[in-house]
Amino acid sequence: MPKDQDTKDSGIGAASKRREDIRFLTGTGNYTDDINVNGQAYVHFLRSDVAHGRLKSVDTSVAKEMPGVVRIFTSADLEGVGGIPTGWQITDRFGEVMQEPAHPVLATEKVRHVGDPIAAIVAETPEQARNAAEAITLDIEELPAVIDMKAALNDGATKVHDDLTSNLCFDWGFVEDNREAVDQAIKDAAHVTTLELVNNRLVANPMEPRVAIGDFNRATGDSTLYTTSQNPHVIRLLMGAFVLGIPEHKLRVVAPDVGGGFGSKIYHYAEEAFCTFAAKALNRAVKWTSSRSEAFMSDAQGRDHVTKIELALDGDNNFTAIRTETYSNMGAYLSTFAPAIPTWLHGTLMAGNYKTPLIYVNVKAVFTNTVAVDAYRGAGRPEATYQLERVIDKAARELGLDPIALRRQNFVTEFPYATPVAVEYDTGDYGATMDKLIEIADLAGFDARRAASAEAGKLRGLGVNCYIEACGIAPSNLVGQLGARAGLYDSATVRVNATGGLTVMTGAHSHGQGHETSFPQVIAEMIGIPEDMVEIVHGDTANTPMGMGTYGSRSLAVAGSAMVRATEKIISKAKKIAAHLMEAADADIELKDGQFSVAGTDTSVAWGDVTLAAYVPHNYPLEEIEPGLEETAFYDPANFTYPAGAYACEVEVDPETGKVTIERFSAADDFGNVINPMIVDGQVHGGIGQGIGQALMENCVYDDTGQLLSASFMDYAMPRADDLPFYAVDHSCQTPCTHNPLGVKGCGEAGAIGSPPAVVNAVVDALQSAGKDVTHIDMPLSPARVWAAMQG
Amino acid sequence: MTKVAMTVNGKPVTGEVEGRTLLSSFLREGLGLTGTHVGCDTSQCGACVVHVDGVAVKSCTMLALEAEGAEVATIEGQAAPDGTLNTIQQAFQDHHGLQCGFCTPGMVMSAAALLKDNPKPTEAEIRHYLEGNLCRCTGYHNIVKAIMAASGQDVSVLAAE
Ligand code: FES
Ligand code: FES
Repeated sequence: MPKDQDTKDSGIGAASKRREDIRFLTGTGNYTDDINVNGQAYVHFLRSDVAHGRLKSVDTSVAKEMPGVVRIFTSADLEGVGGIPTGWQITDRFGEVMQEPAHPVLATEKVRHVGDPIAAIVAETPEQARNAAEAITLDIEELPAVIDMKAALNDGATKVHDDLTSNLCFDWGFVEDNREAVDQAIKDAAHVTTLELVNNRLVANPMEPRVAIGDFNRATGDSTLYTTSQNPHVIRLLMGAFVLGIPEHKLRVVAPDVGGGFGSKIYHYAEEAFCTFAAKALNRAVKWTSSRSEAFMSDAQGRDHVTKIELALDGDNNFTAIRTETYSNMGAYLSTFAPAIPTWLHGTLMAGNYKTPLIYVNVKAVFTNTVAVDAYRGAGRPEATYQLERVIDKAARELGLDPIALRRQNFVTEFPYATPVAVEYDTGDYGATMDKLIEIADLAGFDARRAASAEAGKLRGLGVNCYIEACGIAPSNLVGQLGARAGLYDSATVRVNATGGLTVMTGAHSHGQGHETSFPQVIAEMIGIPEDMVEIVHGDTANTPMGMGTYGSRSLAVAGSAMVRATEKIISKAKKIAAHLMEAADADIELKDGQFSVAGTDTSVAWGDVTLAAYVPHNYPLEEIEPGLEETAFYDPANFTYPAGAYACEVEVDPETGKVTIERFSAADDFGNVINPMIVDGQVHGGIGQGIGQALMENCVYDDTGQLLSASFMDYAMPRADDLPFYAVDHSCQTPCTHNPLGVKGCGEAGAIGSPPAVVNAVVDALQSAGKDVTHIDMPLSPARVWAAMQG
Repeated sequence: MTKVAMTVNGKPVTGEVEGRTLLSSFLREGLGLTGTHVGCDTSQCGACVVHVDGVAVKSCTMLALEAEGAEVATIEGQAAPDGTLNTIQQAFQDHHGLQCGFCTPGMVMSAAALLKDNPKPTEAEIRHYLEGNLCRCTGYHNIVKAIMAASGQDVSVLAAE
């Protein structure tokens, strides 16, 4: 496949304008809340306002007589409904499986976080449902809230789940066999740098709140769920098989236009199961639209690690060992992928871009009376990158070394490279992305800019870091061994129509990534036809093959590969038809620019002649091949992909107030081959925006009683346009992935993974440049925190 | 229920609303104009921005009854009748100023209001003006760029894309 060429105007490498934009720009998108089903009722969830308590009674006697109330459900009314399942089982360092608590759709004997749903009020209008909720009387005996992770593990601590032995979900060691060798290497090191840090809890906050509409057709017995999901097939399987007992062929899940996900719309949520269940119970559609306040207390949250990392170096400044200990907050229940995030998506990335021979990662996952925590853009990889790139920076400062030179000295330079944490990087060139970064960030001009800032009374700092991530998740057999309860392949059906246009049905789901534009670029390139002859269908289990959806920067690497494979099958069959039409041998047929020709002759037939022949097979080799032109492929990747890069941030700190402003931000990424550079740049921009948000302002905070203090956009600081700069981004360093047909690596999460350490490194640099003895500040670097750090 | 009448995108409309019905709900549920989005309940996100008598307002912050007799413009009325995008819409597409599209109607309506008052805003003015519009997808880079381009400014020299 050719490399990205910004000059192409169609096919692979072209900055094709997004076709989906037309509907979004004219108000004609079809988001879940835009869907209304005839006769639908509305549900409002009455949620716990205490973090932990024994649910003694729920009195609905007044509420159920209120105007418009159709029915009020509590857990007792959900007979036959299973709990919300977890998709990943971790085995701890002693060989025991994790503790896995029940997760009822509506609270049973206890409430376990603010926002835990207790009752579901179905009414004719949303207002009537809300009014009735206020008339329900709850008797909850409050229990002490378990909030602090370390305190949660103390002997005698209150338990979030009474039937578990403690609040410890698992104590994971990786690689356990390395533990003693790592301890020894740290003892023997010439220098050890230690850093304790917090990776702050975040709320994903896609701009579209979640919505679920359950519908039921009594005539056929079919259920339909319209939902804001990144992976409708996963929801169908999890909800159908584990929660409601509906086989796949009687359940359709539709995720139409979805207004952003960032991980938070991967998981199967109680509200989805409830609406699907209630539609059948009531024989009418039931709709739920989350308010933003509800989203803050019911969408799975992200990060929330407390970590100690030690980096050992020899006398020549080579990294010799890394040891980390992390407390990872699971929240009150295990969300769909929660156990995988701090373990396999975090521990396996701890080598970063460096050839450290010995690594040991310990993770204690803890239950608390908070909202469940799961993947948020990057998912484990930002947590690994942040601690590693911060501790390297600290080591450089302790040893008086140039942080870039220290990194370069320790870069992995030969590929494939098997890390000591179980993964094998296929390709990369970390020196090249660092060189590119130095150029696009104009690091040569930094001193002059620092001097100019000083003139203006500001402290300027520079932070640089690298990152690597594992994307395109993942080989099914491998993740199965690691505890996944699902496969992680993807799929595409390519249907060629008689007049030559193609309809491609894929298991990937686009909620901002632009698949409807970029996927056709690949097929247009392969066949040599205009992109607008290809249409992408996604988001509906009724018309797409089983696929695992979009997250982990996997769409193009996995579903895109399936699409390529299916298209290859199409081309191979089309060549047979063409050979027949031209009375030539199959092997002599070439396809170029939408024309089939016989090699070495000027005989040719057009793409459209062949597709028509496939469906009007008057002159057709019916003895050899079937009519029609439609192929499906499932693709299971052989390995993860390993995008990597180098990022630089320049900040100004106001010494009077501690306020940090981002002055410049540069990102040099290696994503392998690039299909649409415009879309790739946009993905990086968005990731950087979220990463800077985490570093400077976003923070999800619970008080000691488990009240969520940051429960709206008034209290949870989302980055706004004037908090952020223009970014300089580059993806011209390309080491194509060796094991997928497009050579692509994935670009959706890089920005969010690579940017937080750059910001924090820059602020520490700014403060140290002014002689402040500040080695670390925990995110978010709010003015108050920075100012306090400056005061010593 | 009270009767309300207004002009929306140039067409006279009427409806029955409660006193508490928000303009955003009336547009979405009463008129089926679902291009106006609701992204929050604290008047922070700007997904719901429409124009009322030529002024940008958050339609989640205004009662439908307050718009009695007003001229309301929504995202659905921005393109030409034949579907041709207006200058701002076209600039958003040209410069990839949207990803999931959820913030987009509000962004386009806010940008239109800005450019009406300030036909050539600086980058800083645009960023400041958009403080009431949240976007979680784009990191704002291409939104700011699109608005600069829509105002006729040369954006080719902005930070590398
Ligand atoms: S919905 Fe109006 S500001 Fe958020
Ligand atoms: S494009 Fe998704 S929120 Fe702005």
